[in-house]
Amino acid sequence: MHRFAVLAKQTAASPGCKGPGSCRNGRRDVALRCIASLVEGKRHQQRFTQRTRPGREGLVRWNSAAEASAVKINEKTSREKILTLESMNPQVKAVEYAVRGPIVLKAGEIEKELRKGIKKPFTEVIKANIGDAHAMGQQPITFLRQVVALCTYPNLLDSPSFPEDSKKRARRILQGCGGNSLGSYSASQGVNCIREDVAAYIERRDGGVPADPDNIYLTTGASDGIATILKILVSGGGKSRTGVMIPIPQYPLYSAAISELDAIQVNYYLDEENCWALDVNELRRSLNEAKAYCNPKVLCIINPGNPTGQVQSRKCIEDVIHFAWEEQLFLLADEVYQDNIYSEECQFHSFKKVLYEMGPEYYSNVELASFHSTSKGYMGECGYRGGYMEVINLHPEIKGQLVKLLSVRLCPPVSGQAAMDIVVNPPVPGEESYAQFIKEKESVLNNLAQKAKLTEDMFNKVPGIHCNPLQGAMYAFPRIFIPSKAIEAAKAHEMAPDLFYCMKLLEETGICVVPGSGFGQREGSYHFRMTILPPVEKLKIVLEKVKDFHIQFLEEYA
Amino acid sequence: MAENGLREKVLSLDSMNPWIKRLEYAVRGPVLARAVELEEELRQGVQKPFTEVIKANIGDAHAMGQRPITFLRQVSALCLYPELLSEPLFPDDAKQRARRLLAACGGQSVGAYTASPGIEIIRQDVARYIERRDGGIPANPDNIYLSTGASDAVMTMLKLLVSGEGRSRTGVMIPIPQYPLYSAGIAELNAVQVNYYLDEEHCWALDVGELRRALRQARGHCQPRVLCIINPGNPTGQVQSRKCMEDVIQFAWEEQLFLMADEVYQDNVYAEGSEFHSFKKVLFEMGPTYSSVVELVSFHSISKGFMGECGLRGGYMEVVNLDPAVQQQLSKLVSVRLCPPVPGQVLLDVVMNPPKPGEPSYQSFIREKQAVLSDLARKAQLTQEIFSQVPGIRSNPVQGAMYSFPRIQIPARAVQEAQARGFAPDMFFCLQLLEETGICVVPGSGFGQREGTYHFRMTILPHVEKLRIVLKKLSQFYAKFTQEYS
Repeated sequence: MHRFAVLAKQTAASPGCKGPGSCRNGRRDVALRCIASLVEGKRHQQRFTQRTRPGREGLVRWNSAAEASAVKINEKTSREKILTLESMNPQVKAVEYAVRGPIVLKAGEIEKELRKGIKKPFTEVIKANIGDAHAMGQQPITFLRQVVALCTYPNLLDSPSFPEDSKKRARRILQGCGGNSLGSYSASQGVNCIREDVAAYIERRDGGVPADPDNIYLTTGASDGIATILKILVSGGGKSRTGVMIPIPQYPLYSAAISELDAIQVNYYLDEENCWALDVNELRRSLNEAKAYCNPKVLCIINPGNPTGQVQSRKCIEDVIHFAWEEQLFLLADEVYQDNIYSEECQFHSFKKVLYEMGPEYYSNVELASFHSTSKGYMGECGYRGGYMEVINLHPEIKGQLVKLLSVRLCPPVSGQAAMDIVVNPPVPGEESYAQFIKEKESVLNNLAQKAKLTEDMFNKVPGIHCNPLQGAMYAFPRIFIPSKAIEAAKAHEMAPDLFYCMKLLEETGICVVPGSGFGQREGSYHFRMTILPPVEKLKIVLEKVKDFHIQFLEEYA
Repeated sequence: MAENGLREKVLSLDSMNPWIKRLEYAVRGPVLARAVELEEELRQGVQKPFTEVIKANIGDAHAMGQRPITFLRQVSALCLYPELLSEPLFPDDAKQRARRLLAACGGQSVGAYTASPGIEIIRQDVARYIERRDGGIPANPDNIYLSTGASDAVMTMLKLLVSGEGRSRTGVMIPIPQYPLYSAGIAELNAVQVNYYLDEEHCWALDVGELRRALRQARGHCQPRVLCIINPGNPTGQVQSRKCMEDVIQFAWEEQLFLMADEVYQDNVYAEGSEFHSFKKVLFEMGPTYSSVVELVSFHSISKGFMGECGLRGGYMEVVNLDPAVQQQLSKLVSVRLCPPVPGQVLLDVVMNPPKPGEPSYQSFIREKQAVLSDLARKAQLTQEIFSQVPGIRSNPVQGAMYSFPRIQIPARAVQEAQARGFAPDMFFCLQLLEETGICVVPGSGFGQREGTYHFRMTILPHVEKLRIVLKKLSQFYAKFTQEYS
């Protein structure tokens, strides 16, 4: 039986969890939990406990501290809560999301302490845990903000301080909105003219491969699109439950969504020795093993890679598509870093384009959903929660189901849709804002390329750190050597070794990075993910500090 | 391989998630789909018995011509494009709020992710707003979670609450008629929907006797753990009395039910003698036996009220008496989606923290707000008056919210005709109405109604003059329809 099904059964069977009407039986259960929790509390001196596999071990970590406080509350009142750790949705309990997990909570606590004037060996916390460009000081693209401001407060359309091309775009977007207002609900699929602009953008990007606006769905950031498609895809029980193949290391949105939907996570490992390349033989191994216990239906690809930064070659993409065709897998292509390519020898190829170029046998059969976002690229507009997905070869009836599902949430945020429109429909040569737009865009991207190189170079100079080239995306995911004494110390603290390492790094330097265990890694190897977004000078200091820390760490646990 | 040489799809109606297949959302269902087609036909010059489609299916104020509240948009524009902070065009109180909000954003930009429960100072402003609203009952910012519209928050809470299998599967009690987000959320999570009927004969009042009946029956096949209340009511427009809310809280306490209070229409109360009471306030005034025990979550939104900013997808929920361990789980769950859209958070802040007396924008803000609300009150009155003059249509008073949900008699022959065509009778009526008048309303079957009764939901948001015409056309169509099938 699936382990969460077991958990659910146990939960349902436990005496305190019969819900309404059972409050009189509740007290015994509280007493039992008090004892259990005292025992737990002794063992769990530390809040965070060890995890060995990606995505699935949230139970222990979130439960120990939380349960202790739950018991305190229960002592005050005589009644058992209706919604408790035991009675809650077990799939949600199993969800984990390390990018905003315990290390980030700790960073928040330290920031508060610093504000209170508590002395630390550093003066600020640097949150390198997440790809949040503006938070790291990147300036917004002027044109994008001008258009969105015009849409938000159309009185500005009379203001001489805005260029005509921004006004033209704002007027067009507003005409696509009910009552000419961003405050109206849009169609659930998104504003029509924005979907048309997205389709035109995809056609330009893919050298003329046609894109149909009806296949474009605007979303609340890419995360929303991915979770929505996964939701539709998951079905079956027992051995026919849907399996979802994801890369290891992965972006933990995938493992979290899989947990939440009670689908089966099927890991395929990227090849660290080979710049984190995807190897079709490994896909095959993983698929064949998974067929024994689930029905693998979905293959997720992240290109450029997060957290790995690898950019897939055209050949590799062809192999993947051929594999999906052969094995009848639904392809999910996470392409949110498509503008973030830094290595000279690398180029972004969209799955859609390669699929099309492989000929009709493939492009009229392989089902594909591709995702993009306003949060990454050169714009870094994370806060707007804008994005889109394009679906290919989706069954017409399923399209109806998808629109129905989306309509329950009414529509994606319209300001995010407007921001997405500018990303896909930027100033063109001859327009007033073109020169400045290109200057700002190039400056961000050149800067990122420089930081990618700098990061790789500096990490590779540190003994015990190995970093693959950052071909794309926004992160370094270096492999770190952790001495066996440190592993023992981590075990004593009930922490994964790389979590232990990252906690110490945070406490000693104020630098917040995410342990590799949050993304998944081969057993016995350790990594962390760090964004390369801080300004160059600051990034240099950060890298120096990590270096010093690492050397000292190696000495301490030698 | 299929006959046309194409392979069978991986994702088909047969292989898809069966729970998603089952869910329905009538507000944007087949009637709207047809309305959109008709709009397109009109654009192409196809002759119709009408010149425009009026989408009265949804509470979308701006689409119906309501103007945005200036101050809200000023602060938003300043946050989105801070260069405007030096423009003399903008009043100082707007600039001051924008500066404060920007200072709370990473890198002073609304383009940065925020904390997953929302920007800290906005949560503080929400807590202070709730305290003012509830006459000083304390609200803790830690219990406030900003959301992507109220729908997102409702789904998040349902997601946390649903568990068990078979007869121990979570049952969720919802009013009938209901707002179909609830039935859709329940279907998506494969929870068990437990219906309790509102009393149409008594202005759609909630009766605790009926709650008890529904609960008792449901216990035979599921484990009811959640009680959803919509107040003011959608689609019914009823505003609950304080007494009724006390009874509901007492019932939730007795029966150990988790209370979900959908209070997104809290600013939309029109009827003389009706007043909005929040569940939180009533709970606390019932004393510690209740206020320290009953688990409650309340939802609010920027989409309704006087602002009608649906497109920005802003909202919040406040949780009360949530188990601290569960609250950690909630924080974790919302972190996967990173954060609610920041423009929506910003706008919510201004709704929570509007201009105060003495500030430069105070007068114009109050004027705009009052204009919207008194206009809505007038339209609520007008709608009820016109409908009650039509034989065969019966409309309860629209005490609050934004909809009329009149009961219509459908002649037996029309019922037969509908059945012959595979439609629910009220769906048949609404589709005919749309084809002949261009007016798009939602059949009562999409919200739920007592067997054998028929209704439709229509917003009262069109401009007064337009609303008058819509109501007249609708009444005329109804008379013709009943005659045709008599």
